[in-house]
Formats: sequence, structure tokens, C-alpha cells
Amino acid sequence: MATMGHAAKTRFWHTLIIIFVGIVCALFVVPVILIFSASFTTSKALAEVGYRLIPPEFSTEAYTFLWQDPHLITQAYAVSIFVTVVGVLIGVLIMTLLAYVLSRKEFKLRGILTFYIFFTMLFSGGLVPYYINMVRTLHLKNTLTAMILPGLVVPFFVLLLRTYFSSLPRELFDAAKMDGANEFNIFFQIAIPLSMPAILTISLFLMLNYWNDIYQALLFIDMNKLSPLQLTLYNMVVSSFMETEMNVKLGQPVPLLSVRMAMAVLALGPVILAFLFVQRYFIRGVTLGSIKGD
Amino acid sequence: MTEVSRPGALLATGGRKNFFSAAITEVRKNWALMLMALPAVTVVFIVSYMPMPGIILAFKNYRPGPGIWGSEWTGLKNFEFLFNSGIAWQIIRNTLVLNFLFIVAANVCSLTIASMLNEIYHRQIAKVFQTILFFPHFVSWVLVGYFTYAFLNADNGFVNSLLVQMKLAPVNWYGEPTYWIPILVILSVWKGLGYFTIIYLAGMLSINPEYFEAARIDGASKLQEIWYINLPLIRPLVVINVLLAIGRIFYANFDFIWNVTRDTGMLLETTNVIDTFIYRSLAAVGNFNLAAAAGFFQAIAGFILVLLANWAVRKFDESQALF
Repeated sequence: MATMGHAAKTRFWHTLIIIFVGIVCALFVVPVILIFSASFTTSKALAEVGYRLIPPEFSTEAYTFLWQDPHLITQAYAVSIFVTVVGVLIGVLIMTLLAYVLSRKEFKLRGILTFYIFFTMLFSGGLVPYYINMVRTLHLKNTLTAMILPGLVVPFFVLLLRTYFSSLPRELFDAAKMDGANEFNIFFQIAIPLSMPAILTISLFLMLNYWNDIYQALLFIDMNKLSPLQLTLYNMVVSSFMETEMNVKLGQPVPLLSVRMAMAVLALGPVILAFLFVQRYFIRGVTLGSIKGD
Repeated sequence: MTEVSRPGALLATGGRKNFFSAAITEVRKNWALMLMALPAVTVVFIVSYMPMPGIILAFKNYRPGPGIWGSEWTGLKNFEFLFNSGIAWQIIRNTLVLNFLFIVAANVCSLTIASMLNEIYHRQIAKVFQTILFFPHFVSWVLVGYFTYAFLNADNGFVNSLLVQMKLAPVNWYGEPTYWIPILVILSVWKGLGYFTIIYLAGMLSINPEYFEAARIDGASKLQEIWYINLPLIRPLVVINVLLAIGRIFYANFDFIWNVTRDTGMLLETTNVIDTFIYRSLAAVGNFNLAAAAGFFQAIAGFILVLLANWAVRKFDESQALF
């Protein structure tokens, strides 16, 4: 390398870096390709030949099967969409309201309220009391509320929103007050429009939380009717119950191996699509969270 | 008491009557703000505060009939059982070891990749790379469990078919607990790399370019630039991230471990963590007492550690402290 000039040397390293990171990226997408290819083959081929990056025997068996009885997947989708939409709408509204209040420096209860919210990040009663509270005290077993309520207020998101509100110029609020605007006017007509980027980012974070959540469903849902997408996917692997039920319903054996993979693709598809559209808002949100002092 | 006339003076003068009239004035003045905070405050109360007193269940023998308050006290019996059975040691060790490895791996890998992305001057290529690396953050753990199974199942998994093609003996992955430490570390990197890379890359991009110009004039190589400028300047960011992660080291990622290991009995030796143990005791076994004792230990140990971590963060950089 002694014979190389500085520019050539830089170019050499640059190429090397691109190749290295390129390989890492290629490895990162292997799992997706594997699942995708496994969904386009037969269960028989999967059992005999195994999972391959290129399907050993091309077939749309799994998708045809799911198409015959789309109920399984549409039901799960409906539950997930409902939980996500309602959760995000309510969650973002009440978190934004709270964050706005916490950003008002002259408000006397601000200190106590801030402590009240953030204490929950530090300490919790644990799973057992939580479970008893949800099931015995609130009677939320097998309800949609059990999947929505616990995720509505995320202290970390409140923190991000509060920081954003605090950075808005005080004079705007004072001027509006002079003009006789009340708190609600100020919130909806000044604070919200000015904070749209932060609110949008939080909405996406929350959306992802709800869409991918399985914990609440695992704890509180044991009816197929109320099973969200993630729980349905989970049950397809764990319990043979669903398989038996499908066998009976259709009067034919389910090509379970490939159907599972097709379900995985159908669950992943919207996430990948959404990801391509919204990832830049996410990236902004991630950096927003890390550089808190700003 | 006669001089009290301005509402602002009320709090300072104290006294019960004054306190109430001050409270009324405050409510009159800020009722709108209070109303706005109310929904979220109520949700947090129901979800987080109502269960808190139930932590005493760790010292009781819970029976659904009498409930939390009616069940009889058993002292430290639940803890005795937990610690004498050897389970406590296993789940605490696994939780700490795995989380420690996750923290190290996540930071080393993402710092490396961020340093590399930072050197790529085709911004378009760097952007595509960043997008691909970030995408696993969006994949649910259930699906990660699917991937893992497609890779590792003994009969027809991708890895074993590769091994067979290379004339090597296939491995019964779901029966070999020791392999799962690196497997879990790799999966945690796959899932988290993009997220941390974005944080560190943003830190690097905000470094004043004058440092690099000065270094170049002094004849520094690229590696020296990274080592003596990039890394030291984003060290605060790394320290904060690591400290906050250490504050949560007693909390395992339940969704991750549960879905990826599929709660395989053979793997528990290395993969049984506090959170999966609590869930299994509660949901599968129905042993509330053991779960409550483990939960109590986690809550207390976790609380102490997060206080320590925050204290350390505060010492390091006050503006980054959580409280």
C-alpha cells in the first residue's frame, strides 16, 4: 500500500467499507427471504427438503389455503387494526394533553405530576398484582380494553412530548392569553399545530407498540375471536388446537408448515410497506429521544 | 392573618385554612390544566398504581377467594422456596449475563457500523444501508421466533441443511442450551443494531468538521480520526446509553426470550430469565406465590439499580439524568 497515494488509499478503504456493510445488510435480510421463500412452497417440500432461500418446489398452496378460509386471518387483522387505531387515537390525545400541562412552568402541580408519571418507570408492583388487578378487580379478561388500556400512556413518550412543548416560544402562549384565549384554545390552536412533527413521531412509535404487542394478549386473551395478529401467529406454533379446529372445519389436513410461513408473510408485509414510508419520521424520533437536552 | 389578601401570599403563610383557600384559588386559576392532565393521570393510576400495594403478596399465600388482603401471611416462605430450589440463582444469573452481553454487543456493533456509515461519502448508499439495518426494529418478536425456527429446527432448518450440504453433522439446536447464549446475542444485535446505529451516527454527524480538517492537516489516518475524534466525542452518548441499560439489567425482554426460545424445557439452563420464569409460574403453573416473590425481588433490585444508574448519569452529565 506504500505505493498508493492518499486519494487511492481513501478510495480503497471506502470500497472495503461499502463491501463490508453491504454484506452485513445482505445477512440482515436473509431471514425475510427465507420466510418468503418458505411461504411459496409446499409443506411436503418443507418437511422433506427443508427451508431454503430458493423454494425447492414452487407452489402457492399455502396462500390458496388461506384464501379458502380467509376468516382466520381477517379476524386477527380486524382485532389488531381496531386495537391499534383506538389505542393510538386515545393514547396520543391523552399523552399530548398531559405533556402540555407538564410543560407549563408556572403550573404549581407540575412537579408532583411529573414525579407521579415518571415514578412508574422506576418501580412497579410486578406481574402478579398487575394480573390480579386486571382480571379480578377490573374484570378485563377477554376484552379489547385489556389490550388497549395498558399501552395508552408511555412515560418515555410523555417525556419526549414535554421536551418538545417546552421548546415552543412562551410569548406565543402569553400573547394568546392576552387576547382572551383559554387553555383549550391555546392547546388545540397553537400548541398542537406547532408540535405536529413530534406528535406524528409519537403516533408512529405507539402504533408500532400496539401492532407488535403480544404480551397483553398472551396474559388476558384466550378466545380466538379476540386474538390479535401476533397472538394468532403465536398460537399457530404453540397449540395444536388451532390446527385441529381448521382440520375439522375444512375436512382436509392443513399444510401447516407453509401456511405458517404464509401467515408470517401476510403479517410482515404491511409492516415492511409502512416502514418504507414512515422510517424517516422514526429516525427523527430516535434522535429526538437521544439528544434530550436540546 | 389579616394581611393576607393576595392569592400568591397564601402558600407562604401556611395554616390549614389558608392551605385550602390557596388550593381553591389554584383550582380556579388552573382548572383547565388539571382537567387536561386528568385522563392520562387516571389511566396511569389504574394501570400502574392500583397494582402496587399488591406487592405484599410476596409475603403471603395467595388464594383467589380471600384475595390480596384476605390471604394469610407466610413471612419469607415464598422466598425460601425460591432461593432454596436453586431457581433464583438460575434466573438471576441468566438475566444478568444475557443483558450484559446484549449491552456490550449492541454498543460495540453499532459503534463499528456507525463509524463505517459515517465514512461512506455516497450518502445514497449510506441511506439504503441504514434503512436495511433499521428495518428489524419493526419486526415483532413473534416473527423473530418464526425466523429462528426456520433457521434452527433440527429436522429441516436452514442451518442444518447447510451443515449437511457441507458434509457436517446436523445440530439439535433446541436441545443445546450453551449455543443459545451466542444465538440470543446475535438476534438481539439483528433487532437492535439499526436503532443504536442511528443514535450514534446522529452523534457523529453533529461533530464539528473543523476537528477533522485539523487532523487531516496533521496527517492523521482515517483510523486515527475515528479513534481520536469520533469515538471520544460521542463517548458521552455511549456512557448515558450504557448506564440507562444497566439500570434496567434486572428486567429481561420477555417477548424476545419467550418467542425465540419457545419456552423449550431443554434450553432453560441458559435461557430461563426472571420475566419468563414469572410468566410461566403465573400463567402455566398457576403458582402465584413463587411468581410474586420473584417479582418482588425484581422490583426492589431493579429500583435500587435504576437509582444508582441515574445517580451515575447525573454525576456524568446532569442534563441527561432522568430525574
